[in-house]
Formats: sequence, C-alpha cells, structure tokens
Amino acid sequence: MKASPMVEIKNLKKWFPMKSGFKSKSNLKAVDGVDLHIYGGETLGLVGESGCGKTTIGRTLIKIYEPTDGEFLYRGGDSSEGGVDIFSLSESKMRPFRREIQMVFQDPYASLNPRITVHDIISEGLRVHSMGKSREERKSMIAGILEKVGLRPEYMYRYPHEFSGGQRQRIGIARSMILNPGLVICDEPVSALDVSVQAQVINLLEDLKHDFGLTYLFIAHDLAVVKHICDRISVMYLGRIVETAETDQLFDNPLHPYTSGLLSSIPVPNPHMRKIGKREIVKGDIPSPVDPPETCRFVKRCPRAFDRCCKESPSLREVSDGHFVSCFLYD
Amino acid sequence: MPKFFYKRKLDEIEEKARPVHINSYRQLVWTKFKSHKLALFGAVVLIGVAFFTLLGPLFVEVGYEDMDFSNLFSPPLTEGHPFGTDELGHDVLVRVMYGGRISLFVGFASAVITTLIGTIVGLLSGFYGGIVDRLLMRFVDVMLSIPMFPILITLTLVFGSGIMNIILVLTVFGWMGVSRLVRGLVLSIRETEYVMSARAMGVRNGRIILRHVLPNVIPIVIVSATLNMSYAILAESSLSYLGLGIQPPMPSWGNMLQRAMNYILGTTTGTNPWWLTVFPGFFIFITVLNVNFLGDGLRDALDPKFVSES
Repeated sequence: MKASPMVEIKNLKKWFPMKSGFKSKSNLKAVDGVDLHIYGGETLGLVGESGCGKTTIGRTLIKIYEPTDGEFLYRGGDSSEGGVDIFSLSESKMRPFRREIQMVFQDPYASLNPRITVHDIISEGLRVHSMGKSREERKSMIAGILEKVGLRPEYMYRYPHEFSGGQRQRIGIARSMILNPGLVICDEPVSALDVSVQAQVINLLEDLKHDFGLTYLFIAHDLAVVKHICDRISVMYLGRIVETAETDQLFDNPLHPYTSGLLSSIPVPNPHMRKIGKREIVKGDIPSPVDPPETCRFVKRCPRAFDRCCKESPSLREVSDGHFVSCFLYD
Repeated sequence: MPKFFYKRKLDEIEEKARPVHINSYRQLVWTKFKSHKLALFGAVVLIGVAFFTLLGPLFVEVGYEDMDFSNLFSPPLTEGHPFGTDELGHDVLVRVMYGGRISLFVGFASAVITTLIGTIVGLLSGFYGGIVDRLLMRFVDVMLSIPMFPILITLTLVFGSGIMNIILVLTVFGWMGVSRLVRGLVLSIRETEYVMSARAMGVRNGRIILRHVLPNVIPIVIVSATLNMSYAILAESSLSYLGLGIQPPMPSWGNMLQRAMNYILGTTTGTNPWWLTVFPGFFIFITVLNVNFLGDGLRDALDPKFVSES
C-alpha cells in the first residue's frame, strides 16, 4: 500500500477575495498551502474545528470552488502513470473525473432536490455519464444500488421529504456510488444525523468501500468517528495541515500541540481512566483567516510557543516514518 | 458497467410502489389540485366568466355600440336590459360581456409575458452572477426609474391606442418586479447542496437551471403571476381613464368603471346609477379573486411536499 499515492495534493490554496470598503483588497485564506496524499484503498481523515477549511478543501477538489493555486494529481484506475492534474483540466476534459471523483454531502436535507423523485435524483449522474443504455436498464441499476445502500427498490418513486435523515443520507450515498467512483469525498456525512443512525451510515460506508474498492477522503470533526473509520488522519488548523499520521500513531503519540489539545478534548466516560493533569486545553477561539500573519498559525493559542513561532511559519516535515508535523518543536 | 449491476424484476418493484407512488407527476398534481376545494371553485368560476364573455354575445342581438335612446340610465331589470343602461343607452350586460373579453385578454396576456420575461431574466441573473447579474440588474434599475406615463403618452401618440399597445406597455414596464423576486430566490438555491451535487457530477448549467433551480422558484412565480394578472386588469382601467387605454365606444371593465365615475354622485335626472359601477366592478372582483384562488391551488399542487389535509 505504501507504493505511490493515488491522490497527491500539493500546495492547495483557496482564497476568497473580500471587498472591504475603501481599504485595500484583503483575502480570506480558507485553505492556504495544503499538502495531502491519499493511497489507493485507504481512508484519510481530515479533522479540525469549525471554520478551519475542511469543507473548502472538499469543494475545491471537485472544482465547485475554483482553486487559487496548487496541484491535484490523480492516478485513477486506468489512467497512465504520472497522473493527471485535475486542476489544469478544462471543464470538458474534467468530465470523466466528475464521475471518478464523487462527493457525499453533509446535510441530507439540503443535498436532495425536494421537487424530483429519488429515481430522478439518482439517474441524473447516469444520464450525464451515459451509463445504462435504456430507461429500463437505468431503473434496474437504481433498484440495485438502493438495495445495496439498504433501501427498498420501490422507494425510487418517492420524493425526498418522505424519508428520514438517515434514509436521505443513504440516497445521497447511492447517488454517488452508482457512478462507480474511485475517490469519494465524504464531507461530514454523519454529523447531521443522530448517533444511532450515524453508526449505521458509517458501517454502510465501510461496507461499500470494501465491496467497491473505494478510497475515501473523510472530512469530519468527530474524533471518535474518525478514529473508527480512518487509516490515516490529517489534522487541519486555520487553512493548513499541522499533522498527518497513521490513526494509531496520531492517537498514541500526537506531536503537534494542537493535536494533543484536540485529543484531550475527547471526553473519557470512565472517571478512573482520565489522565488528571495531563489535559492540554486549547484556549480561545480560532483566529480570523482574513490575511493571517506569516507566523505559525497556532502561535496565539499554543501552550508551548516560543519566539521563533512568532517570526516564521513552519512547514510540514516528516519526523518519523509516515508521521508529518508542522511545528518548530521538532525542527 | 458497475459491478453491482444486476437484473431485477422491475415489474415487481413497480407493483409494490403502485398504490401510492407510481403515479406520474402530472397525475399527482391533478389529484392534489382536485382536493384543493377553493382552487377548484376558482377554476370553475373563471371558466364560467370566460364562457360568459366569449359565448354570451352570441346570444344577444344588441352590439356594444347600439344605443337605446328611449332608455337612458334605466335601472337593472328594465325590459330588455337586465343590467340596465348607461348615459347613452348602451346595454350594460352586453358591454360587460364584450368588455370582459378585452380585460381578460389584456390581463392574461400581460401576466404571462411579464412572468416569462421576469423569470428568464431572474434565472440568468441569479444563476450566472458576476457581470451578467450586474448588467441585467442595472438594466432593471434603469427600467424602474423610467417614468411610465410620459412614455405611454408618447407611445399612444405615435402608435395610437389599442389592445396590443396596452399589453406591450404593461409588459415592458411590468417584468422587473418578477425578475428581482426570482433572482433573489435563485441566489439562495444556487448555493444549496443539491445544486453543488449536480455540478460536481458534471451536469450542464442549462440542465441545472431547468431541473433544479426552476422547479424550486415556480411556486413563487405562480403566485406573482396571479398578482400580475390582477394588476394588469386594474392598470388597464387607469390607462383607459387617461385616454391611453381601450377607447370608447369599445368597452373594457376598466373604462366602464371610469366612465361611471362621472355619475357616481347622481345624474342630472337625480338618480344614482349604481349599476354602472357595480356590474363591471363585480366582474373585476370575482375574476381577480378567483385567479388568486387558482394560483394558490396550483402552487400547492406543484409542491410534492404539500399534502392536503382532506
């Protein structure tokens, strides 16, 4: 698995220009120089608090947002060695990759058009990518995928409002999976669901990954969910990756102060298991991403900051095998 | 071909879904529309009014220009004049029927055209945003700031007054409201996750607009279309009053009302000819009211989420 990664994201930037009256133009740097790589068949978790740019990464990767800078090298199933830079493709050349790379959205209530039936929702992708020769054939494909995601095939004639949140999310998943994708970007697919349903949907995603040989970029803020489903995890803070490691390694040996703060925020149910005094609470709020200074992004909230952190910005370095961290403590 | 493709008896699936869900969209809309009693009532009344104005004149021998000089200002139920006569001895019933043709046509045509133009401009402006939006919306601002009446007077001087000119003027100056309304809705629909999902799958813009955006603005568009129809019927009457609309002796509900205003305080003969205002006024009233009922029912019937209480 450690061969060459299936997805390589280099120096991804997404800035939103802001107009602020008479002042000079400023930029909201939602994503500011992110490097990620995802191996084929794995699940990479992307975690971070609200507003750190996780969702922006997901949406930029499928070009709903136009990237400001960066490369997105994709080595799909049958494309030649070396991969394709998705960001450099024109919309027409991008088309096959719009099938290959799918997204599962966060809000199951907003992600299904309330005015068309489940059949029409799912068949749209099939029509766009000319899959299924006839209406009948598409129908039986839809029946198949609905069963696969745990819904009754006859539900295809219903409208989205007739379903619960969990069922709606299954419809959203079916819509993506029927296109037989390689990479699926899951943008907080369970955060809008209640806990019992979350587990079902997570299991469904794992089953589908196993059956169809998928690769996931799993965006989430719930660390328990991430720990369960992900092979590796990248921690994001204010538009940058601060640490990337395999799941066990990250949870056992977090290097970046932000990661350890994040991990110690997980509530421990058993009071005897709590490590008293070892909790590193991250104080304060996430600073504004509008024109942030060129220092370490975390310096204002970091319990272990020293003078170098205020002067320059650290870059992501591999400190041990497969463990990347962006912090001067490990320089 | 996806790996999970497998044949399944579609018939069996459809059999299970049939009792409730397999109905086509059109059937669904019709079923719901039927259960909306007020809308059904509105539709029946409007059809009645349409028949009355279209077919009514075929059954009377008197034309709208014919004058009965022995009966000026005769009240309703005078022999031969069920709705009475006006100051020139015109039969009010006959004029209400002929006038209805014009008022309904002006109202319907200008409502349809303004709604169409406004919706298209609003969709393009809201969906594409950027320079398209700025150009279209500035054009809307320009149109809104043009004073309508001086232009109207000029147009009438140049082209003369007539039904087509009235419709032209009402549509040219009437679409901006709809376009702003639609644009606002589109701006929010454009950012929904279902539109993003369609984009992410590579659905073309044209199809996204028709398939995902338009159906979600339709309810508001229908309501505004019914309001536009009422507005057009009333606007035609004020245009007539200024001598820019339908000119006597040709009647419209609007100009009948306007002429009756001269006599509302009593005539030289000392009577108050209430029937001159009540009959055309009543028809304007029931038409506008029932158009609104109809629009209400259509809006609900087109919304899959809406389930009638009955």
